[in-house]
Amino acid sequence: MTGDVLHAIGNIFRPASPPADSIYSLAMLVLAVCLAIFLSVAGVLTYTIIRFRRRPGEADREPPQVYGSNQIEIAWTVIPVLIVVVLSMATARVTSEIQNKKPPEGAVHATVIGHQWWWEIRYPALGIVTANELHVPLSTAAQPRPTFIRLESADVAHSFWVPLLAGKTDAIPNHPNSMWIEPRVEGTFLGNCAEFCGLQHANMLLRVVVQPADAFARWVDSERLTARHDHQGERVFMSLSCINCHAVSGTRAAGTFGPDLSHLMSRQTLGAGLFPNTPENLRRWIREPQAMKPGNLMPNMQLDDRQLDQVHGYLSSLR
Amino acid sequence: MATVGYIEPERERAAPWTLTGTLHDWLVTVDHKRLGLMYIASALIFFVIAGAMAAAMRAQLAFPNGTLIPPAVFNRLFTMHGTSMVFLVGMPFLAGLANYLVPLMIGARDMAFPRLNAFGFWIFLFGGVLLYFSYIGGEGLAGHGTAPDVGWFAYSPLTEHAFSRGTSTDYWILSILLTGIGSISSAINVIATTLSMRCEGMTLERMPLFVWLMLVVSGMILIALPPLSAAQIMLLLDRYLGARFFVPEAGGSAVLWQHFFWIFGHPEVYILMLPGFACASEIIPVFSRKPMFGRAAMIGASVSIGFISMGVWAHHMFSVGMTSGANTFFVVSTMLVGIPTGIKIFNWLATMYGGRIRFATPMLFCIAFLFQFLVAGLTGIMLAAAPFDWQLTDSYFVVAHFHYVLLGGLLFTLFAAIYYWFPKATGRMLDETLGKWHFWLLVVGFHLTFDTLHFAGTLGMPRRIYTYPAGRGWEEINLIASIGVIVQGAAVLCFVWNVVRSLGHGEPAGDDPWDAWTLEWATSSPPPEYNFVTVPEVRSSRPLWDLKHPDDPDWKYE
Amino acid sequence: MSEAWTLPDRGRIGVICLIVTESALFAIFVVAYLAYLGASRSGPQPKDVLELPLWATACLLSSSLTIVFAERALHRKRSGAFMAWLVVTAALAIEFLRWTAFEWRRLIVVDHLTIATNLFGTTFYSLVGLHASHVIVGVVLFAIVIGVGLRGRSMLDQARRFQFLAWYWHFVDAVWVVVFSVVYVVGR
Repeated sequence: MTGDVLHAIGNIFRPASPPADSIYSLAMLVLAVCLAIFLSVAGVLTYTIIRFRRRPGEADREPPQVYGSNQIEIAWTVIPVLIVVVLSMATARVTSEIQNKKPPEGAVHATVIGHQWWWEIRYPALGIVTANELHVPLSTAAQPRPTFIRLESADVAHSFWVPLLAGKTDAIPNHPNSMWIEPRVEGTFLGNCAEFCGLQHANMLLRVVVQPADAFARWVDSERLTARHDHQGERVFMSLSCINCHAVSGTRAAGTFGPDLSHLMSRQTLGAGLFPNTPENLRRWIREPQAMKPGNLMPNMQLDDRQLDQVHGYLSSLR
Repeated sequence: MATVGYIEPERERAAPWTLTGTLHDWLVTVDHKRLGLMYIASALIFFVIAGAMAAAMRAQLAFPNGTLIPPAVFNRLFTMHGTSMVFLVGMPFLAGLANYLVPLMIGARDMAFPRLNAFGFWIFLFGGVLLYFSYIGGEGLAGHGTAPDVGWFAYSPLTEHAFSRGTSTDYWILSILLTGIGSISSAINVIATTLSMRCEGMTLERMPLFVWLMLVVSGMILIALPPLSAAQIMLLLDRYLGARFFVPEAGGSAVLWQHFFWIFGHPEVYILMLPGFACASEIIPVFSRKPMFGRAAMIGASVSIGFISMGVWAHHMFSVGMTSGANTFFVVSTMLVGIPTGIKIFNWLATMYGGRIRFATPMLFCIAFLFQFLVAGLTGIMLAAAPFDWQLTDSYFVVAHFHYVLLGGLLFTLFAAIYYWFPKATGRMLDETLGKWHFWLLVVGFHLTFDTLHFAGTLGMPRRIYTYPAGRGWEEINLIASIGVIVQGAAVLCFVWNVVRSLGHGEPAGDDPWDAWTLEWATSSPPPEYNFVTVPEVRSSRPLWDLKHPDDPDWKYE
Repeated sequence: MSEAWTLPDRGRIGVICLIVTESALFAIFVVAYLAYLGASRSGPQPKDVLELPLWATACLLSSSLTIVFAERALHRKRSGAFMAWLVVTAALAIEFLRWTAFEWRRLIVVDHLTIATNLFGTTFYSLVGLHASHVIVGVVLFAIVIGVGLRGRSMLDQARRFQFLAWYWHFVDAVWVVVFSVVYVVGR
């Protein structure tokens, strides 16, 4: 597990990657224009309600009845039109810049598939399957390495949002989407599913772990290894119905309904970001997932203590 | 069909009052005034219920890892809160205002189709009751949920049978289909009344801006509601006859639901807001003692908003994965619709400028509306910039934006309208002191809650989550927002007390307590069943101004 | 006020509004049909199972003509001719419905196309069915007018109201022209 910086506060005005950077610049322009409009209009409004309030003794006289002015109407139509033109052009440029970027040579390609209520993560070119944590290489000026992410869904509409890195893109069944990030800051970035997807939408959390090139390469190598095979609890695990939902590389377990467990111990959290990956939490999860994340699609497996020990020990060995 | 009015025969008043007699009269009434009041009363009751739901949600979200409300209940709460506020509060309120005021403002005796009016009300009420019946009648997944829990925009495929078992979603579909029929009926009635029932001299150009805006709103309802009904019928076919409209495995498109929903949904929010503009356009001139600045521009702007707002819907879908060209189209159309909207704000400002502003409660609410709607419009421009929207959409920033529009904008003008027209409808004034307490408490509470929630969004807090962990920077904001709800609750209590008290003991209002200029003030408060004994002569857009100022009438200048 | 104050007839406005709103409803089902054209992943495709409904279309479109004759008869105060043309109109509409029913039976039983089969089935039955339901409503309204007429009530003072029914009927036929073009011409 990477012991580096946790970027927990997702302030969209402190971007750490180019798409979020471009959005930040556009946002600054839009905010500046809106602030100017607000100050002028609110200023006139404030002045008006002070200057033209009815004073005592005036109650019976009506002020001059003014019906309108074509010149003024034209003026305050033309100025907003100009503002709209400027803002539209700036927006169109940034929109295209972000959406139409083509993956260069050496980009990392990942596929993220939303499930109720966890994230399946695959690196097709690297032969890696994992869950809930997206590892990507750090991008430097000397060695730019963007990660292009293909977003799909296995069930309902979800949305991938890590505010410090990029805007959100939806993960919709039968409608693959594409986004990219190029983080220039190391560490673990937190995100959320941002499209209401059912009961535990609030707890479908995301982590993007940004590692320097060598650490990323080490992670890739260890994830590509077949799962460890040297714990006696494996026999018990393979005899239970766990294997219907979960996969462990190099074994009979090839279920795709739940997260791949081959390298479970390399992840920071359990339950899609809900709990730190500690032995205690893992044991509680195996025994009673419904108590920890009610309504999630892993039923309580009703294991007895012996089975629980064996399975827990086996899973703890899957580094 | 214009009638000059006639005197009601005296024999009606001889019958003694009985409870069953009165209930019967209200049950079978086709009188636009009674139906209007029934619409508004129903809307206010649903408002209090849906507001209580919001208070419950804010109590749960006040602290991280809240355990007050489990996720299943929370998801039902935000679904029912949103659905109720839009369809059972906003829509009936605007129907009530239109049905009550339009005939009076155009010098007519009633709406064009009084029985259709009654039908529209009762089918709306039935739809509303059906939605709430889901709490006791529906059965969700494994006995979990009863009321719908799929969000007020019910994205597919979450709403398909596979993911929403039981009947909770069906209650959402059926009740909204019914209220939709009610809204369309009301819209047809308003258009026919406006075009066919105006009194002599009331040309279209001389109609009050309120009537113009209700005409535009009704036209929008005719075109924008059917897409929702169509999509809901499709969903019902999917859920019960195995149709494939939104079933991904068969090639169905979740995005198509979103398109259909927002083709309804975006015009819908203008349908909700334009009546607020209608009220402001009547109240601001009267309390500034000047005519509306640029009447023709206001009418033109309103009609443009009606048209342009039909072409902006996919700005709710910027993160769905449309091409950059499609996204840019909607960026431009959305920013364009801000122009006529801005023009209206400038015209209201120009109406006040050079006037003699009287700060009675209706005007206080309108002034707050102007500040708040300005902010709401500007955050709308921020959301229109698609890449910025990719960060802001589906976060608390959007929640803050639309509450700024609907609460800070619409609700404030609706309260202004109540304080302004309550005297006409009941013959009694609402208390000014209680009104000011109501106003200031609402301002404080509203800003405490919704100013801060913008920042929850910019700090990455998504919407529709029943809880959140500590350490994400969201704790203080949520606590402040929740405290604001308590203050808003106090404001609403003030209002309810004001209404109850004033119904019995309010100062008598007389025909024209505000010295206003449109035809509804030319009859008694409350008006007789036939509205007018005689309709005043209409030669301008301010017939009563002309009557009160024969030396300086409007028709010399219009 | 020297000129006469005339305003449009409220019934006409009402029917026009109804037609506008129904058009919006049909438009969405047409959009769904077009959006899903060619998108069915399995099952029968339009060109495999659809035949041009020339007879049914002829019936329905000529019913628009016969209802004009009925209206004209009513204006000329010839209630016998009015009733006759109205009955012919209703009969043509019923024949259209009969043809539709037989077509659907063939599609379901022989071609195994139901609303649940694929996207084509879903969009076909919903769009054509929505139109057919409007034809049924029209037939019911015709039946009411015929029934009331047979019981002796004079129709001669109902010309204004009958026009609304006629306009509704013309709308239903116009929708059929669109449905026919989209489903049986473009779609095949």
